[in-house]
Amino acid sequence: MENLVEHSLAADGLAVGYDQREIIHDLSVRIPTGKITVIVGANACGKSTLLKTMARLLKPSRGSVLLDGKSIQSIPTREVATKLGLLPQSPTAPEGITVADLVGRGRYPRTRWIRQWSKADDEAVAAAMTSTDVLEIADRPIDELSGGQRQRVWIAMALAQETDILLLDEPTTFLDLTHQFEVLDLLVDLNKQDDRTIVLVLHDLNQACRFGDHLIAMKDGAIAAEGNPREVITEEVVQDVFGLGVKIVPDPVAGTPMVVPIGRHTTRADAQPASVSSAAAALAASAAANGVCRPTDR
Amino acid sequence: MPPPSALAESAGRDTSAVAPSRPRRTRRVTLVAGLIVCVALLAVVSLLSIAVGSKQIPFSTVIDALRHYNEANTDHVIVHSLRVPRTVIGLLVGAALGLSGALMQGVTRNPLADPGILGVNGGAALFVVGGIYWFGLSSLTSYVWLAFVGAAAASVVVYLLGSLGREGVTPVKLALAGAAMTAMLGSLTTALLIGDVDTFDQFRFWSVGSLAGRGSDIAGPVAPFILIGIVLALVSGRVLNALSLGDDVAKSLGQRVGLARLFVAVIVVLLCGAATAAAGPIGFIGLTIPHVARLVTGPDYRWILPYSMLLAPILLLASDIVGRIVARPGELQVGIVTAVIGAPFFIILVRRRKLADL
Repeated sequence: MENLVEHSLAADGLAVGYDQREIIHDLSVRIPTGKITVIVGANACGKSTLLKTMARLLKPSRGSVLLDGKSIQSIPTREVATKLGLLPQSPTAPEGITVADLVGRGRYPRTRWIRQWSKADDEAVAAAMTSTDVLEIADRPIDELSGGQRQRVWIAMALAQETDILLLDEPTTFLDLTHQFEVLDLLVDLNKQDDRTIVLVLHDLNQACRFGDHLIAMKDGAIAAEGNPREVITEEVVQDVFGLGVKIVPDPVAGTPMVVPIGRHTTRADAQPASVSSAAAALAASAAANGVCRPTDR
Repeated sequence: MPPPSALAESAGRDTSAVAPSRPRRTRRVTLVAGLIVCVALLAVVSLLSIAVGSKQIPFSTVIDALRHYNEANTDHVIVHSLRVPRTVIGLLVGAALGLSGALMQGVTRNPLADPGILGVNGGAALFVVGGIYWFGLSSLTSYVWLAFVGAAAASVVVYLLGSLGREGVTPVKLALAGAAMTAMLGSLTTALLIGDVDTFDQFRFWSVGSLAGRGSDIAGPVAPFILIGIVLALVSGRVLNALSLGDDVAKSLGQRVGLARLFVAVIVVLLCGAATAAAGPIGFIGLTIPHVARLVTGPDYRWILPYSMLLAPILLLASDIVGRIVARPGELQVGIVTAVIGAPFFIILVRRRKLADL
């Protein structure tokens, strides 16, 4: 892939909402080119909404998304699709579709009805399947694959689009730990190979710190903190954004910040406040009286 | 997972050698061969449809009538003025129903969608009944236009209802609006019918769906609509493929989803409206045939559409022939036969293989 033009993605004074409810208010951000940016934040803070708006899936009510300095709404959508790809949270494939066919659908913006499939398309599909390591399963139906394989196939489809910017909405949700790391490692590979700009939404802060060059922490539809993981993931920011007390220690493997939640039950049975434990004792007594067995040690 | 450098190397190296994989190429050959078989079958069924009827005419005479038409020969006249137009209408209506069924399932991503979901049948029926009730119309040719206008009007209303709200037309809203509209149109139609025996008598033959008694005066007006619809439908496979990945993926692939839905809906109205106008409401073909096609082709609409276009008239004409044979010297309307054949067939399909999640 040639990088003659440096792509850039930014949002300027963005406001987005569904119906009457505004989710994002006056948000401006610049996505660093050629880096991995991770958006984090509590549920319903507008992470996915921001990602979808940046991929022109949602139309902002105010402000604009700028792709290469131009408003994304003013660029023909097919042209946008050659520069920016999005993998939504849980995409659905038509039943029975094979891996190769699904990856091939990523060539949609690059083909026309008149100009059908070409050698370049074959090469792009093969390259996408090679770098996601799904070539051996090319002729298997998607439905038969494991969650991790399936996610790699979807990423391959987005890669076949040959865009310099790739947005992914929670690509690791529903995957077990091994497959989560497999997908995240793959994204780093893709970023290093072609200086692809990658933006993803993640729930796991430790993964975000390890794999993100740049972090955006969102709260209530606005950016609460932004910068490299060390700057963003501090005890104060996590308390502010997630409302959760945490300790931050260095990740023993990567040295990046690692979040250790404190929570209410960290210390288990012993040091509970008196009121709680007396309530628990009363509950246990009544349970015993009724012949009900309840866990009392929490 | 190999290290990035190895990945970059293997991605750059000789990728043309691996693609397209051999199974994919042989598959394409198989699918083309399958289409040729369908065309041959369709030719056979069409010929049978011309040869078989309530009056026994020797096959040689039928061929003779096609090649050297003689007006003085009654058999020739029967073949020419009755059976040929009937077969042509069967071909047109079948192709239209098969295609519009596939389009409808594709655009709504609902395996149970049939063209009736847009309110086409309900609208056509109400207008035909209204024409009979208020204006005393009784000719099939006048029904054609009434049915067509009714189908189009109902579809427009359903589409507008389905597009209310911020996110525009969604498959679910379309299905709900269609179901509500169909129920309403149905009760209005019943209200008109129940109060008037003569109207009911006129209407009941139209309402079953039949190819009988339809001559070139019916084929003429609907043919252009169906032919245009066929061309547009066959080029929309790519778009349906994009839509089948869901709205978000389709949009990020650069498809204008709203525009695509409108485009497909217009084609469905052209095809299904014209088919219903010509032959009355014929059930099950639009629902069943795309699933049969999908069994052969897999989920690629660029193949599902041509297969549906060929398979549907095969089923329709075959049902029509069966209808002519089983009730000799009378006839069973094709709409009844397709339902009788189609329903068990559909049940087998559902049981054998869970219906494609679209």
